Amino acid sequence: MLLLEVADLKKSFTAPDGIRRTIIDIPHFAVEARQQVALKGESGSGKTTFLNLLAGILRPDAGHIRLAGSDVARLSESARDRLRATTVGYIFQTFNLLQGHTCLENVLLGMAFGPGEDRARAVALLERVGLRDHLAHRPRQLSTGQQQRVAVARALANRPQLVLADEPTGNLDHASAREALRLIRETCRENGAALLLVSHDRDVLGEFEGVHDFAGLNRAVNDRP
Amino acid sequence: MILARLVLKSLRQHLLSTAVTAGATALATGLLLAVWMVRDQAQAAFTGMSGGVDAVLGARGSKLQLVLNSLFHVDTSPGNLKWEDYEEIARHPAVALALPIAVGDNYRGFRIVGTLPEKLAELEWTSGQRLTVRPPGRMFEPTLREAVVGSFAAAKLGLKRGDVFQPYHGLNYTPQSHQHEEEYVVVGILAPSNTPADRVIWIPLQGLQKMGGHDPAAADEISAVLLKFKADSPLTARQLDSLYNKQGNRLTFAWPIAQVVAQLFDRLAWLDRVLALVAYLVVAIAAGSILASIYNSMNERRREIAILRALGARRRTVFGAVVLESAAIAGIGAMIGFAVYAAVFGIAGSILRTQTGVVLDPLAWHPVLVLAPLGIVALGALAGVVPAWKAYRTEVADNLTPHS
Repeated sequence: MLLLEVADLKKSFTAPDGIRRTIIDIPHFAVEARQQVALKGESGSGKTTFLNLLAGILRPDAGHIRLAGSDVARLSESARDRLRATTVGYIFQTFNLLQGHTCLENVLLGMAFGPGEDRARAVALLERVGLRDHLAHRPRQLSTGQQQRVAVARALANRPQLVLADEPTGNLDHASAREALRLIRETCRENGAALLLVSHDRDVLGEFEGVHDFAGLNRAVNDRP
Repeated sequence: MILARLVLKSLRQHLLSTAVTAGATALATGLLLAVWMVRDQAQAAFTGMSGGVDAVLGARGSKLQLVLNSLFHVDTSPGNLKWEDYEEIARHPAVALALPIAVGDNYRGFRIVGTLPEKLAELEWTSGQRLTVRPPGRMFEPTLREAVVGSFAAAKLGLKRGDVFQPYHGLNYTPQSHQHEEEYVVVGILAPSNTPADRVIWIPLQGLQKMGGHDPAAADEISAVLLKFKADSPLTARQLDSLYNKQGNRLTFAWPIAQVVAQLFDRLAWLDRVLALVAYLVVAIAAGSILASIYNSMNERRREIAILRALGARRRTVFGAVVLESAAIAGIGAMIGFAVYAAVFGIAGSILRTQTGVVLDPLAWHPVLVLAPLGIVALGALAGVVPAWKAYRTEVADNLTPHS
C-alpha cells in the first residue's frame, strides 16, 4: 500500500545574489507503507529541503505530496503541524534535543503536541533504545550516541507512519553509526513505520536494499550551473 | 499543561534574568501599592480623625495650622484666645461640648496638653470612640499636678503609673531646653486609640497655664477650643463661621474640619503626584525589562522554538508560551511585591505614627490590592507580545541546521 507519493514537486528560494533558484524539482517519488528507503546524495543537494517539504515544515511552490491520505502541499499550516505531530517522526543529524529537558521529558514533549503524553510508552521506548538508566539525564549528560537514541525514541513516540531520518549517523563514529542505524531500522519495523533515510555515507547506504540516487530524482540538481 | 511546563523550564533555564526582572516587577508592585495605600489611608485617617470634632476655635491665623496644632498636635500654635472667648462659645446653646486646650510645653519631645479632665473624657476622637484610662489608672484631678499619658508616648518615654516627670518649656525638645521645676505624677496611661491623643501627655489646664516661667499675663488664656455641636443645630456652624471669620477679626473658626484637613492634602498633592509618577515609571521600567530580557533571549531560543515547531507545536502555542512566560515573571514579581509593599508601608506607617500618632493598617482591604497585581500581570503579558511575535515568526527550516 502506498504511504507517500510525491508528484511534480517544486521548491525554489531566492539566493543572496537576488536570483531565484529551484532547489527541488522531483517529478515522482513514492514510499510504500512499512518500506525502508534510503536516499543518497551529496551535501547541499537539497535532501533536507526535500524532507522538510515531506514533513510539512516547508510549503512547496508546486506539486503534490500525498501522505497517509492527505495532500501535505494543500494543507493549512496548522494542519501540517498536526500531521507532523501525529503521522511523521523526524530524526535530525544534530538530534535537536531540548537541552533544558530530561530524556524522558524530550520524548513526552514530542507526544504532547500529538495524541497526548503517554508516560508508560515513553519509558518503554527509552528502555528499548537502551536508556533505562538515563531517563532523568539531560542531553548534555549523555554521549553523542545516547543522544541519537533519545532522538529515535522521540521520533517514534507518537506511532508515526513515516519516519524521516536526515543524516542520522553523520555525527557518530563508525561503530556507533552502525548501532544507531540498526536501532532505527529495528524500531521502525517494530512500530510499523516506514523509514526514509537520507545519507551520503556508503556504509549506511549499503545496509539498504532500496537506495535512490537523489540526483536522479531531483532534476534541479542536474540543472544547476 | 504543556504551556505551563515549557514556561517553567524556560524560567529555570533563564534563572538570573527571571530573578532580576521579577525583582524589578516586585519593586514596582510594592511601590505602587505602598504609594496608593499610604495616601488613601492617611487621607482617610486624617479626615476621619475629626469625626468627633466639628470645629476648632482659636487665635486669628491659618485654619489648617489651628487644626493641625489642636487636633493632630503637630505644627505650632497660631496664638492664644481669652478664657472669656471659651466661656462664650461654651455657653452657646448649639454647642454640645467645648474642650479647651493649652499647649506650650513638652516632655522629651512629646507634647504636653492642658485641658479639663471631665470634658476630655467626654470627647469622641473618632465617632463613638472615647479616650479611656487603662485600669487601675485614673483620669487626672483638675487641681493637682497629675498627668495621664497617651499609650504611644508612654511606651516611647518608658513612663508608667506612679512615675514623676518635670515638663520642658516649649513645643520642641532639645537637651538645652529649660526644664520646669514643677513635678507631675503619672496617674494613668491611656488605652491605645490609634489617634494623635496617643502621643500626648495630658495635664490639668491650670497646671499648664500657671507653669513657672510662663507669662503670668497669659495665665487665663488657652490655645484653642475643640467644639462638638448638637445634632439638631445644622445652621449653627455656618452662623459661627460668619460671626468669627467674616464679622470678627480676632479669632479663627476652623470649620468644617474635613475640608480644612483636605487643604493639607491639597498642599501635598505635588508630592503625591511625584510619588505616583515614580511608581508608574518603575512599573514601566519593570515591563520594559521583561520585554528586553525575553526579547534578547529570543536569538538563543530560535533553535528551541524551531525544534518545538518541528515536533508539531503550532505557531500560536509558541506565541502563547512566550506571553505566558512574560506574565508569569510579572506574576512572580507581583507576589514578591507584597513583601516590598509590607516593608515600604511599614517604614512609612512608622514615620507617620511617630510624627502624628495616626496608625495605618497594611492589611486593610482596598481594591488596589487586587487590581494592581492583576494590572502588573496584564502589563507583563502585554510586554511579552513583542518577543512572542518574534517567536511566532521563527522560520523552522532555517533554524534546524545543518542542511544536507
